[in-house]
Amino acid sequence: MKLLKKCSALLASVLLLGTVPLSHAEAAEQVELRVYNWGEYIANGEDGQLDVIEEFEKEYPNIKVNYNTYATNEEMYAKIKSGSAQYDVLFPSDYMISRMISEGMLEKLDFSNIPNFSDIMDSFKNLEYDPTNEYSVPYTWGTVGIIYNTTMVEEAPTSWDALWDPEYTNMILMFDNSRDALGLTLKKLGYSQNTTDHSQLDEAAEELKKQKSVLQAYVMDEIFDKMESGEAALAPYYAGDALTMMAENPDLAFVLPEEGTNRFVDAMVIPKGVRHKKEAELFINFMLETRIAAANIEYLGYSTPQKSVYELQDEEIINNGISYPSDEYLEKCDTFINLPEEENNYMQTLWADIKASGSTSVWELIFLLAVIVGLGTVTIVYLRKRRAQR
Amino acid sequence: MLKKMSSVPYIVWMLLFVIVPLGIVVYFAFTTQDGGFTFDNIVQISKYTPVFVKSINLAVIATIVCFILAYPLSYLLSRASANYQRTMLMLVMIPMWMNFLLRTYGWMTLLENEGLINKVLEFFHLGPFQMINTPGAVVLGMVYNYLPFMILPLYSIMAKIDQSVIEAAQDLGCNSIMVIIKVLFPLSLPGIITGITMVFVPSVSTFIISRMLGGGQNMMIGDLIEQQFVGSAYNPYMGSALSLILMVIMLVVMGIMSSFDDDEMEGIVI
Repeated sequence: MKLLKKCSALLASVLLLGTVPLSHAEAAEQVELRVYNWGEYIANGEDGQLDVIEEFEKEYPNIKVNYNTYATNEEMYAKIKSGSAQYDVLFPSDYMISRMISEGMLEKLDFSNIPNFSDIMDSFKNLEYDPTNEYSVPYTWGTVGIIYNTTMVEEAPTSWDALWDPEYTNMILMFDNSRDALGLTLKKLGYSQNTTDHSQLDEAAEELKKQKSVLQAYVMDEIFDKMESGEAALAPYYAGDALTMMAENPDLAFVLPEEGTNRFVDAMVIPKGVRHKKEAELFINFMLETRIAAANIEYLGYSTPQKSVYELQDEEIINNGISYPSDEYLEKCDTFINLPEEENNYMQTLWADIKASGSTSVWELIFLLAVIVGLGTVTIVYLRKRRAQR
Repeated sequence: MLKKMSSVPYIVWMLLFVIVPLGIVVYFAFTTQDGGFTFDNIVQISKYTPVFVKSINLAVIATIVCFILAYPLSYLLSRASANYQRTMLMLVMIPMWMNFLLRTYGWMTLLENEGLINKVLEFFHLGPFQMINTPGAVVLGMVYNYLPFMILPLYSIMAKIDQSVIEAAQDLGCNSIMVIIKVLFPLSLPGIITGITMVFVPSVSTFIISRMLGGGQNMMIGDLIEQQFVGSAYNPYMGSALSLILMVIMLVVMGIMSSFDDDEMEGIVI
């Protein structure tokens, strides 16, 4: 008993020792900054790289970063919208930013606190999702292209049509995400991926239904496993992730289809009503510092919107035709913008229809009916029998 | 008094984390984006009929397969020596110690065209067989994951059946088939009902199995609901409506099942 008391006293003093000096010295201005980012979307000190959060805390000892991650734009949106979580800095993608702006969910930034913004390339200012550039600071960008296995695909594909090629039946993967899947199909057909014309959308949906006969699977993150192991031959995916896969399996290659593609931008924003706006802006500015941004880009494999970081990139990366496509090519690309509610719903209906199409045969309906009838008869017979026994 | 007091935490817990969320689901299901009342979400669900048909069919098949596999096993288990029973039950339980996602991931690498099974078959100059991304693979995933939920209730009810009852039936001239139909089956009915419910309910609402083993081409209700909340669809109102319908389907199934159950409990008493 005595020992226990001694131990707990010792433990308490150790705990106190740990906390007292810190809280004492900076009790006045200690601030907690809550950052909400994509999973694995910041250099984290692995493989001898810079740990960005740690660096930030070292530079601003009075700010403690509370870092959390999300997997989809919608997950982040749901949390912020419902108010179930409060964050100071977010990293949404283009169309989500325009949605959040239109719903008044974002705070205007004070660019005098973000002097490093001048390092952003002009082509990344005033983009469609934030036309006056008052709400967001670009973090990374990239494109969607076709990743393929050179041992299985003889000739490098040049067009989205390759994803419909019957020669590779059962070897093709496709986005399991309505916006990306419909977007690239619209591009293939020569339409804008932000179209709200129902006849164009219907045409794209028809195209996707046709594609099902050559498709192996609809995937998102499973693609890494399937492409790296040679399970599939062709798939559309994001350029940065394609580089990761190519590093794992040297047989893989990546092309940007001639029809043009989706260019996405992930940017940093501050949601409405934050408590520490100034610190959040400080954080955004810090993320734009050349050495920090360079470390992030190296870790992520995505492309940078910053001049100084671009200059630091290896010749090899700049010329690989993946990370930094030519200006002429980028002309053919567009960025997703937010669509009106009805259009989003229409797209969802199309998507569900595509995924369920061809899968319900008459036999399935008959089977279901048989089960219902069977279960019903058994119940009735059983109940009658029971009554008769009494 | 003490008895009453001690139940308070449980009641509060149930209220907060079961009743209130259910209420929210119902509320959302009948609400529009602007907060008005609507039946539209429920009406819209008819568009997703193929998804419902597919889910229910696959879940029914998985339940039947589980039953066919588990019934003889449970019987043999209940008649074996105590030591053997303990070991076998342990073996049934061991896979459940590992995370459900990891196990499904494991099946993915096994079933792939370049996977282990096809590699082995190739060695014997057989195959390759298309196994992954088929409805069969989804059923396999469900059976594998939910089989213990069928075995355990069946085993525990069969362990209670007295061997002398079976012997009596045999003495009175029943052959083995008649013993099963007249004695074993009626006496094990409560276990069958529990087993069927415990396999069917999670199977019909499963969502990750169909994506990993079905290649996203065998979309199920669970996938659809997930898409409405964290996926690209983002429409929690529709998601709630779908969840509500799914719950109604389950309630109906469980209602039918329990009509068998009540009776048999009396049967045992007699």
